Amino acid sequence: MKILVYPPNSLILADLVERAGHEAVVLMREIGEHVRDAEIDAPPINVTEDDLKRALRYVSVEEPAGLKGRIGLLTPLLDKAEASVILSDAPPTYGCMGCAVADEFFKFLIRQRKIPTLEIKYEGKEKLEETVKGIMEFLVQLPKEGEISEKKG
Amino acid sequence: MTRVAQISCGTEYSGIQWLLSDIAERVGIELVYPEMALSRIDAACKEIGLRAESPSLNMMMARAVSTLADPTIKGALLLTCFKCSEGTIVKDTIRRYLSDRSDMPIISYSNVEKPKEIELYARLEALATLITRKALLMREKQEGITMGIDSGSSTTKVVVMKDDEIVGEGWLPTTDPLKSVDKGIEDALNGAGLKEKEVEAIGVTGHGRELVSKHVNADLNLEEVSVVAKGTALLSKRHKGDATVIDIGGMNNKLILTRDGIANSFSLGGICGGSSGRFLEVASHRLDVDISELGQLALKSTERHELQSYCMVFGIQSLVVSLASGVKREDVAAAACRSVANQVYENQIQEMEMRPPITFVGGVSLIEGVKKEFEEMLGVDIIVPPNSQYAGAVGIATLVSGI
Repeated sequence: MKILVYPPNSLILADLVERAGHEAVVLMREIGEHVRDAEIDAPPINVTEDDLKRALRYVSVEEPAGLKGRIGLLTPLLDKAEASVILSDAPPTYGCMGCAVADEFFKFLIRQRKIPTLEIKYEGKEKLEETVKGIMEFLVQLPKEGEISEKKG
Repeated sequence: MTRVAQISCGTEYSGIQWLLSDIAERVGIELVYPEMALSRIDAACKEIGLRAESPSLNMMMARAVSTLADPTIKGALLLTCFKCSEGTIVKDTIRRYLSDRSDMPIISYSNVEKPKEIELYARLEALATLITRKALLMREKQEGITMGIDSGSSTTKVVVMKDDEIVGEGWLPTTDPLKSVDKGIEDALNGAGLKEKEVEAIGVTGHGRELVSKHVNADLNLEEVSVVAKGTALLSKRHKGDATVIDIGGMNNKLILTRDGIANSFSLGGICGGSSGRFLEVASHRLDVDISELGQLALKSTERHELQSYCMVFGIQSLVVSLASGVKREDVAAAACRSVANQVYENQIQEMEMRPPITFVGGVSLIEGVKKEFEEMLGVDIIVPPNSQYAGAVGIATLVSGI
């Protein structure tokens, strides 16, 4: 299954998703595609006007440019996601998108998709094992790619 | 290349980072992100005394703290998104934090997805001048015979200076920039009773400076922010300590904070023509008075009246409606002056702390009604030095005498 993680650039969550046999939907891949696109010349991460325009499907034109840019980049992730894991209140080392309003709005957009979603709170290092266990339990009960095709078939 | 810290909350997401880097390179600036460890974010927030909801804004504060620890960084560019309230609070807090602890020039900018290249260029160029020309900008006296040309967007000003005094001047509307300069030079030389060959050096500033500089074979060509700050210090004879300069010209305005006569933080207008001299020109036309008499007319006002908009179109429409409703001309003139002062206050002065004394220069400083509105608004006396319209020309004439 394609699992969207939040924070969308969290390496730790992406790793857990892959360990559970799913495909992680992460921002790094989206930015990677932008950066490798030879036709875009807007370093460092090649965010373009098109990304900002794409965000207008979800946010008003009056929103700050950085918020539009972030939502514009995240939108394709939303479209791909079949399930999601939202880890809230994690320290920046777990990945972050930086802008609190963009973060809050993106979580809202994930909930709007009505896909299977686990919302879990980071409660410090001492409870990390419990947190990881909770995430893994959610992930392993989700059908794998092959299983979905079999069911569909 | 001069190293300048880019302290932002993620400008790259606005899609304008490439433009910033490109312009910076053109003016000789290398934009660097000050190094900082993620573990230092908490400590930095505590040191600055503010914690934001957005993680990147907290990171921005940590970068500000790191900036002070890096002696190779000579200036700072603070960026957050336009209309982001939390970003604006953090940006202003950082500016004050850095300004209290260092002399490095700092500029702030609110980025939008389609910034005007000229706006960014003007800011970064001024920042580069303030860093690289510091020794020249320390000059406090004009020597010999020099000429200063301020080729502005609305008027062209030329002064000839001799031993720290203005001995000749030319001031006329800018039409064809080169023809206007030639006429200004002629007027200034005639006034001084000097011939062109007697002028030892020529300096040029203002919007048209690139073109004019080649035309007159100038010895020095500098952007307006550093030059106006210097010219204001010279005209008001205040070279030491902190000060604030409000410069309102025909088509744009600047707010400059100075220390020892050198700009170290500034904000540029240019978003709306309603805060420029052009608005007052149109207003005086509708009031059927010469622009030079508008200020005096405004001072006669006895009843407070407000225009309904700052806009050059709708503000003037409100002015016309006011006249048609029987509001007295002097009250309408005062309202026009207040409209300009209010907009400069709301868009620029509010963003920066005011460091007294406050000096008002540029063509609009000659309109007494605007000075009065600023004084009432800020509750302090505003200084308008003699020849305040020549701040740019005097500044560049003085600086070029140091070359």
